[in-house]
Amino acid sequence: MNKRLNVRKTYKNFIGGAFVRSESGHVYGVTGLSIPPDMNTAQEKANPILAQACRSTRKDIREAVVHARKAQNGWASKTAYLRGQIIYRIAEMLEDRKANFTEELTWAGISKRAAAKQVETSIDRLVYYAGWTDKLSQVFGSVNPVATPHFNFSTPEPLGVVAIFCADESPLLSAVTAVAAICTGGNSAVLIPSQAYPLSALSFGEVLHSSDVPPGVVNILSGIHNEIMDPLASHMDVNGICNWTDHPASQALLDEHAARNIKRITHQSWGDGTSDEFESPYLMMQFQEIKTTWHPVGY
Amino acid sequence: MKPKSSQTPDPSMAETFLKYAAAPESTRQIRLRDQYGLFIDGTFRKPESGQWMDSLNPANESLLAKVAVASEQDVHRAVQAAGKAQKKWQKMPARERGKVLYRLARLIQERSRELSVIESMDGGKPIRESRDVDIPLVAAWFFYYAGWADKLQYAFPGRETTPVGVCGQIIPWNFPLLMLAWKIAPALAAGNTVVLKPAETTSLTALVFADICRDADVPPGVINIITGAAATGQALVHHPEIKKIAFTGSTAVGKWIQKAIAGTGKKYSLELGGKGANIIFEDAPLDQAVEGVINAIFFNQGHVCCAGARLLVQESVSESFLRKLKHRMSHLIVGDPLDKNTDIGAINSASQLQRIKEYINIGLAEGAQMYQSHETVPSKGYFCSPTLFTDVSQSNTVVQEEIFGPVLTVQTFRTPSEALEKANNTPYGLSGGVWTDKGSKIFQAGSEIQAGVLWSNTFNKFDPTSPFGGVKESGVGREGGLHGLYPYINLR
Repeated sequence: MNKRLNVRKTYKNFIGGAFVRSESGHVYGVTGLSIPPDMNTAQEKANPILAQACRSTRKDIREAVVHARKAQNGWASKTAYLRGQIIYRIAEMLEDRKANFTEELTWAGISKRAAAKQVETSIDRLVYYAGWTDKLSQVFGSVNPVATPHFNFSTPEPLGVVAIFCADESPLLSAVTAVAAICTGGNSAVLIPSQAYPLSALSFGEVLHSSDVPPGVVNILSGIHNEIMDPLASHMDVNGICNWTDHPASQALLDEHAARNIKRITHQSWGDGTSDEFESPYLMMQFQEIKTTWHPVGY
Repeated sequence: MKPKSSQTPDPSMAETFLKYAAAPESTRQIRLRDQYGLFIDGTFRKPESGQWMDSLNPANESLLAKVAVASEQDVHRAVQAAGKAQKKWQKMPARERGKVLYRLARLIQERSRELSVIESMDGGKPIRESRDVDIPLVAAWFFYYAGWADKLQYAFPGRETTPVGVCGQIIPWNFPLLMLAWKIAPALAAGNTVVLKPAETTSLTALVFADICRDADVPPGVINIITGAAATGQALVHHPEIKKIAFTGSTAVGKWIQKAIAGTGKKYSLELGGKGANIIFEDAPLDQAVEGVINAIFFNQGHVCCAGARLLVQESVSESFLRKLKHRMSHLIVGDPLDKNTDIGAINSASQLQRIKEYINIGLAEGAQMYQSHETVPSKGYFCSPTLFTDVSQSNTVVQEEIFGPVLTVQTFRTPSEALEKANNTPYGLSGGVWTDKGSKIFQAGSEIQAGVLWSNTFNKFDPTSPFGGVKESGVGREGGLHGLYPYINLR
């Protein structure tokens, strides 16, 4: 009898709300540590290429930054209530595809149980951050008792466009946490998933696509980190860099690029991403600016 | 015949009414030493370098004192002293740490007139400003952060804080003692110790402050003040035991610092340049706005990173507004910084005056129309007439680049969106101003202006409780308020 051939997914970049291939036309093979169930031939078993991911270039990065910039102001201008609902909606959509993401993660060599746990943590993290949209300025803003007749207050405002470099460890959670912590506060993002395990983050783009997230707010581009760190970190229209990769060499490189236009840059050791540090308003605040407004008081 | 507007008095009238007799502040009680060493570990030391530099009075080019130039070795010695002191300072009960800062605040208040006079002599700013703005704010800054020392757990809900360690702090010449206070007060409150380098042209009040530290029993090594020029600052930035750099100055140097410490994991906060837009809507209270524009650009000779250097005025009122503005400019008193009547004192240094003149020449060469309210300024010392450029476009150098002098550019706009487009068309983002009687407009324009500080119907106001700092290329981090503690703590 004829065995039915599985229809495999083509993984693409997610830029400006559309799924597009790299302008380079190049891809790199993503290998897995375990073998997806439909890989049965001897050849496939010997060389388990799970999928071909886009090998993004400087031009792709530029395109993504343009979309991120265009989307940022509109996203930040939405009410905190609405942004909260949209982030919550992402959680709903991810919950709906839990089985799908769990399986995809197991291809990267993660046990089924750990994979399921990672997806659940990702969903819960979205719910956690969704609740912060309309509380951040209450907890981190202030009315300042100045010694002159002025009304004076300070509020957090989004930084702008943030470049995100995700960790290899728990690749889905890394991408989801970054989106939740950074974009929830009104930023737009150009997210570079784990180089070795980009698939779950690329699939997360599909979740975002179906979650009322405006096009361009989150852009996801796979590629070789050594090739795309440079153009993304040095881009003059990027305001901040979030680096969760653990390469000391790339830290210095990113810092130097940040200095070109005084980008805000944070390096954090991701570990497995379950520490409190990654579920915290202080993480959001790393990508917020404080704006202070003065106005005279009097008749 | 149309009646002559009462709002534009005959200029000759001004001559009659506004001729003030000189009212100079006395310098008789000021005792400056001939030379000041480096304040390290609680004592003044001669520099290892053996080098000294002159500190001049920019209003008359006379020598005020000789100031040490700290070498790399001196910097190292200061950092060592700060490192040793930090362990004890951190362990001192927080309340006691706060009390040291309260003492400093009080001593500054007590010696405020002396400090004001020295500040004006050394930096060229009018005594009216050093006496009424700078020094009172210095005391207020220490008083405010003194109170935070034993209350840090309330500043960062859910987290514990630890000090960062030894902080290297580099400050500019425009608000010498005030910038020292902005740097030292929050650092010490949070349990850090500091090595601070004042600007090379304005070290004197910092060195008098060193005396005050001894009088206040600040433990030796907690505050170290090392004087010198760029090389001293570079040595401080590069020192491996410095855990954090706090810098106020130009964007170019800020970028250099960010790059110099790349990959080291050092913390940093940067207060850099600006090119603030001051937007006047047609429904603004125009007379108040004129005062505001004057204060925005001519305060401290325009040596203000957050100066409102770009005036954006709505077309419908631009003509009358400019007339009023020029009239007001002509009444500014330019001259002796120690004269209590003086509005605009001396430019801080010969090189800064040269820089301003170069920009003025570029403005003219690029086709802008210039108005200078004062045909003559004192010939001895470094002075510059208040200057206005009209007929400028967004791409003009004088619109794009920070001049750091009493030079204002004027552009007009028709719609709010045009005003915002122009205001934000700059790599800077430190300050912005909005003038209108309509509250809703203030909040809309205020939210759209890309700046860390927004002054609405006012300008150039500062307070220790109020966070200050820039976005984009104007800097990283905030100084002042609760948010001003962040650069000086690590969260646990």
